[in-house]
Amino acid sequence: MTNILAAAEWGGEFEGVLDDINALFDFPAVFSFSLFGVEFGINRTILIAWIMMAVVAAVFLIGLRNPKVVPGKLQAALEGIVDINRTIAMEIIGPKGLKYVPLLTTFFVAIFALNFAKITPFMVMPPTGRPAWPLFFAVIAWVVYVGVGIKEQGVGHYFKGVAFPSGVPWPLYVILTPIEILSTLVLRPFTLAVRLFANMAAGHILIVITLVTPWIFLPSMPVGWLVGVFGLLAGPIVFGFELFIIGLQAYIFVMLTAVYIDSSMEAH
Amino acid sequence: MEGSLNVIGYGLATLGPAIGLGMLIGKALESMARQPEAAGMVRTTMFIGIAVVEALALLGFVLAFAL
Repeated sequence: MTNILAAAEWGGEFEGVLDDINALFDFPAVFSFSLFGVEFGINRTILIAWIMMAVVAAVFLIGLRNPKVVPGKLQAALEGIVDINRTIAMEIIGPKGLKYVPLLTTFFVAIFALNFAKITPFMVMPPTGRPAWPLFFAVIAWVVYVGVGIKEQGVGHYFKGVAFPSGVPWPLYVILTPIEILSTLVLRPFTLAVRLFANMAAGHILIVITLVTPWIFLPSMPVGWLVGVFGLLAGPIVFGFELFIIGLQAYIFVMLTAVYIDSSMEAH
Repeated sequence: MEGSLNVIGYGLATLGPAIGLGMLIGKALESMARQPEAAGMVRTTMFIGIAVVEALALLGFVLAFAL
C-alpha cells in the first residue's frame, strides 16, 4: 500500500530518482510569488510544514479548549506531552527550569510533528530533513541559552565563564579557551541542528529506498522478485524504527536545550 | 568502479563513535542494573553523553556530502 503511495508521490516514475539524491529533498515550487522584492517559492516541504502546523494547532485547541479536572483521553495525552518536558526541565535545570517548560514543549511538539511527516502517507518527507528547519530551531535555542546566561550572570561574567572555565591551572587556558569558545558558541548550535538534520535526512533516504525497492524489484521475476518481497516485508519494520527515531530526536533536542540552558544558569 | 572517497571517509568516521557509543550505553546499562533506583539520572546523563559522542559521527556524515 505504502509503495503505491510512494509511487503516486513521484507520478509513478522512478527514473532518475535514485541517480541524484538531491531529488529526494529538493522539490520544485508549486507556486511562487514576490513580496517586497523577495522571491518566495512554495514547494512540498513548506506545504507539509503548514499542514503539520495546522494539525498540531487543531489537536491542541480541541484537546485543551476547556480543560477538565478529570481529563479525557485527548487531554490526558496532551498533558502527558507537557509532563515529559516538565520532567526534563525539573530533572536537568531544577525548579528554576519551570519557566522554560513552554519553550521546551514547543520545541518537542514542533520537531515531533515535522519529523512525523517522514512516515505520514501522502507526505513521506520530513521538513526537518532540510537543513534550514533544524538550524532555525537551533538558532532559537542558541539565543535562549546565551540570553539566559547574560541575564543570570551578566554579560562580562557569562562570557568570562565561557572563555575561562574555573578550576583549571592557568597555562592550560592557551589550549582551553579557544576550544571552549568554539564549542559553546559555535559547535553547540551546529551539532544541535546537524544531529536532527542528519538523522532525518538519513531516515528519509532509508524510507524512500525501502518504498522504492519493491516497486523496482517485484516485476523482475527470477532473483529480483525475492529482493522485492524482502523490501515489502522490511517496510513495516523500517517505519517502526523511524517512528522510534522521530521521538528520540525530538526528546534529545529538548533535553540538550535544557542542558545548555542549565549550563548558562550558573558559572562552572 | 566509480564512487567517492568521501563515502569511505564517512565509514571510517563512524568507527570511533560506534565504539564509544557501545561502551557508553553498555556502561550505562550496567550501572542501571546495579542501581535501578538511579536509572532516571543515569539515563539522562547517558543521553547527554550520546549526544556528545554522536556529534563526531554527524560531522562525518555532513562532511561526506559537503567536501
